[in-house]
Amino acid sequence: MNPFSSSTRLRDMIRAIRACKTAAEERTVVRKECAAIRASIDENDQHYRHRNMSKLMFIHMLGYPTHFGQMECLKLISSPGFPEKRIGYLGLMLLVDERQEVLMLVTNSLKQDLNHTNQYIVGLALCALGNICSAEMARDLAPEVERLLQFRDPNIRKKAALCSIRIIKKVPDLAENFVNPATGLLREKHHGVLITGVQLCTELCKISSEALEHIRKKCTEGLVRTLKDLANSSYSPEYDIAGITDPFLHIKLLRLLRELGEGDADASDSMNDILAQVATKTESNKVAGNAILYECVQTIMSIEDNGGLRVLAINILGRFLSNRDNNTRYVALNMLMKAVSADTQAVQRHRATILECVKDSDASIRKRALELIYVLVNETNVKPLTKELVDYLEVSDQDFREDLTTKICSIVSKFSLEKIWYIDQMVKVLSKAGNFLKDEVWHALIVVISNASKLHGYTVRALYKAFQTSTEQETFVRVAMWCLGEYGDLLINNVEMLDIEDPITVTESDAVDVVEHALKRHASDLTTKEMALVALLKLSSRFPSCTERIREIIVQYKGNLVLELQQRSIEFNSIIAKHQNISSTLVERMPVLDEETFNARRAGSLTDAASTPTGPSVSLPNGVVKSVAPLLDLLDLSADDTTPAHSSSGGDFLQDLLGVDQSVVSQQSGATHTSKNGTDVLLDLLSIGSPSAPIESPPAQSNSSIINMLSPSTSKREPISSLDDLSSVSLSSRASPTAGAASMTDLLDVFASGPSTIENNGPVNPSITAFESSSLRLTFNLSKQPGTPQTTNIQATFMNLSSNAYTDFVFQAAVPKFLQLLLDPASGNTLPANGKGSITQNLRVTNSQHGKKSLVMRIRITYKINGKDTLEEGQITNFPRDL
Amino acid sequence: MGIRFVLMVNKQGQTRLAQYYEYLTVEERRTLEGEIVRKCLARNENQCSFVEHRNYKIVYRRYASLFFLVGVDDGENELAILEFIHLLVETMDRHFGNVCELDIMFHLEKVHFMLEEMVMNGCIVETSKSNILTPIQLMDKTS
Repeated sequence: MNPFSSSTRLRDMIRAIRACKTAAEERTVVRKECAAIRASIDENDQHYRHRNMSKLMFIHMLGYPTHFGQMECLKLISSPGFPEKRIGYLGLMLLVDERQEVLMLVTNSLKQDLNHTNQYIVGLALCALGNICSAEMARDLAPEVERLLQFRDPNIRKKAALCSIRIIKKVPDLAENFVNPATGLLREKHHGVLITGVQLCTELCKISSEALEHIRKKCTEGLVRTLKDLANSSYSPEYDIAGITDPFLHIKLLRLLRELGEGDADASDSMNDILAQVATKTESNKVAGNAILYECVQTIMSIEDNGGLRVLAINILGRFLSNRDNNTRYVALNMLMKAVSADTQAVQRHRATILECVKDSDASIRKRALELIYVLVNETNVKPLTKELVDYLEVSDQDFREDLTTKICSIVSKFSLEKIWYIDQMVKVLSKAGNFLKDEVWHALIVVISNASKLHGYTVRALYKAFQTSTEQETFVRVAMWCLGEYGDLLINNVEMLDIEDPITVTESDAVDVVEHALKRHASDLTTKEMALVALLKLSSRFPSCTERIREIIVQYKGNLVLELQQRSIEFNSIIAKHQNISSTLVERMPVLDEETFNARRAGSLTDAASTPTGPSVSLPNGVVKSVAPLLDLLDLSADDTTPAHSSSGGDFLQDLLGVDQSVVSQQSGATHTSKNGTDVLLDLLSIGSPSAPIESPPAQSNSSIINMLSPSTSKREPISSLDDLSSVSLSSRASPTAGAASMTDLLDVFASGPSTIENNGPVNPSITAFESSSLRLTFNLSKQPGTPQTTNIQATFMNLSSNAYTDFVFQAAVPKFLQLLLDPASGNTLPANGKGSITQNLRVTNSQHGKKSLVMRIRITYKINGKDTLEEGQITNFPRDL
Repeated sequence: MGIRFVLMVNKQGQTRLAQYYEYLTVEERRTLEGEIVRKCLARNENQCSFVEHRNYKIVYRRYASLFFLVGVDDGENELAILEFIHLLVETMDRHFGNVCELDIMFHLEKVHFMLEEMVMNGCIVETSKSNILTPIQLMDKTS
């Protein structure tokens, strides 16, 4: 122990700390001092206790732990002298918090001191209690405090009043005991007692409605008189600030009047005159006066409506707003925000000034003003306001842009009266500050563009023009890529020209230039590059003259280090090189994205974003992919899910792919039970594709390359595939339990049970042909939800094998008792002839004896052929075991 | 309750006085002080004296090398707090005679006692300088 260090004077310690050049030095000094103080505490050294406490407070202020000094506070408090008590209570307030047990030990000392004969000691105890009292202490000591509210010395009364606030906040039940003494304080002349009494009453009104009623009835008039006297009082040097007597008391009185007047017409009425007087007579060229006016306006806006007063209040705010002092403008904006709900029209009048404030150099003012403008936007002013904001976006500060862009986008989508306007504004915002936006904003834009069928050409031309000047914003480039891919052909021919547009000449190769630029742009991230590649693929078929050039660009990525780009490059290259015949249908324009689904999903994802953080499809670039309908759209199966793919589009390619794939499956697995079970639907599908399969598939090499095409992306978790990514063929397999189209699920199941297994779906079972007659075939496609092995999801697909269409088609099923069956509604009740369409229906079977008994089911199917009833019945026993 | 904390910080960002009217751990205080001080010190004279930080509104005022920062609730009258800071400074001026950073450092307790007479549990107790200083000067005489 070092006897010298404990005798360092406080002054010396502070000097030593001040002299420290680095934080490390300071730590060393503090550590030494703390050690000395501990040693001194251990020795129970009374002489230095006072000084140690002062040091500890300083050390605490610097942000070092000082818990070891807490007991010293108690010792100081219980010592008899005033100076010791004073420092002890100060230490208590600074070092100890109300959650610590040390505090329990102090209750007794506090009680003694509250009853002390020396009023200064009583004052100390009250002050400490008021700052740190806990609920238990409040209960124990409330009677003492209540008594002290009537103490002879005003300095004690004012402290007792504030102490009471703490007590009633900790234990609201005690409020009623304080109502009478509190109202007594309002009649005082002493400013300190009055101001604390007013604050106590305000808190009482907030806590208890009975107290509010009581005070409203008994004190309103008195308070109005007090305020009047105060406002008219002559100069008093002690309380004068800028020519106003005690502005703080003014403000507290106005606040209490606000509590009393709110929701009560009579009380509001009785204070109208004085409020008008304060509002008109108060000097407004000093801070103190403005503070009172500000409070007065708040009170006027809160109490029951009085037209004349409100006008007065809004005018005061208008004056504030044009004040040169930034502080005054700030509070004006703050107040206008609150006034909006009361009187929007009056606030609208100041719109221009508020808009100027958005462009202020002061961040606090900008933020307030922007929030206010956001509230003020309505149908009539949205266009000019948005224009102003968008224009300002260009010159605004970096750190303000995020806030600003978010607000603009929110305004634009809220008031998107015309799609062309919405698209225009969004393109502007994206090209200026797209990087500040969340993904869903540009996803939403794409959905809107897709739905605005008349504006496709306009949009793609606008994007093309904007792209010429700005390519800095990632999200902007993405939207441009998507649109170029989809509507590239509309760009060059000036198709769907609107009157307002200037015609532009763009050649096919110009368009490809743009995409190539985006692809090779340094800043482009993976998603953008992927989207650019897809856009190229699409353009390759839209622009036959550029096909070769596009292929060359694509080929450059076949050795890319990023697997996804490499994969796309190879896939797309092979499509362009070897599948010219189908590529035009393959890259057909995407069907219109479902706006409803997107909005619903977006709203949903806002609420339960946390619950689906890792789902692979959640963060797909467009998000739209998540819902089932667009998913089908992606595959260009769209409307064909009931008429499997014969007639249209990408189906051919799909078959093609699968034709190859199927042969791989059979090669690899040897046993073909999957493809056999699998279903005639598949064979059906493949019947068209199969001719090409032999041509394509023989070289083993190409087989494996296609496996590569499919399998990596199946197991891939990274949500990087883009909207119309072809590999979403395999993506959709994840969605298969929910996928509406049986045909597709079938297909996917086949290769899912092949080389690539699907991780999230749990075990996947093959499809079975559950029932077959000369006229009808029923296929069950089985799957399990992960985590619920007892439950099997069945998707039933019905196919008409006869040459007559079936109407009024009804499917019924029954199961034994150990099973539970849930039937969803069917997709339709008519079944076209010759297998040209199908009906699907989802069933859910829960097996209570899972693992012991297999599923069985009895079925009955009724339908009408040319109005004649037909009935088919059967029993399904060929379910795979272990379901 | 309006006032949640009172801070005095010098130009270098070192805390010279800290009084909280709600409980924060030492670490929380350190980070809060760091964030606020960085924000306020970066502002220039023409900008307004109010900064929003987390759920506080900071009202600050600069006197020579010393910043006075007061954290308040959202509903508090910012202009009044600005006046209050000035009142605090005037009170200290009257006691110390042209108060400076060193006065506050070396008489930390006394400044705390003054503040105690002015604010309790986040509410204003007294607005008369002589009423605030009487008990303190009384003590100086006796001790």
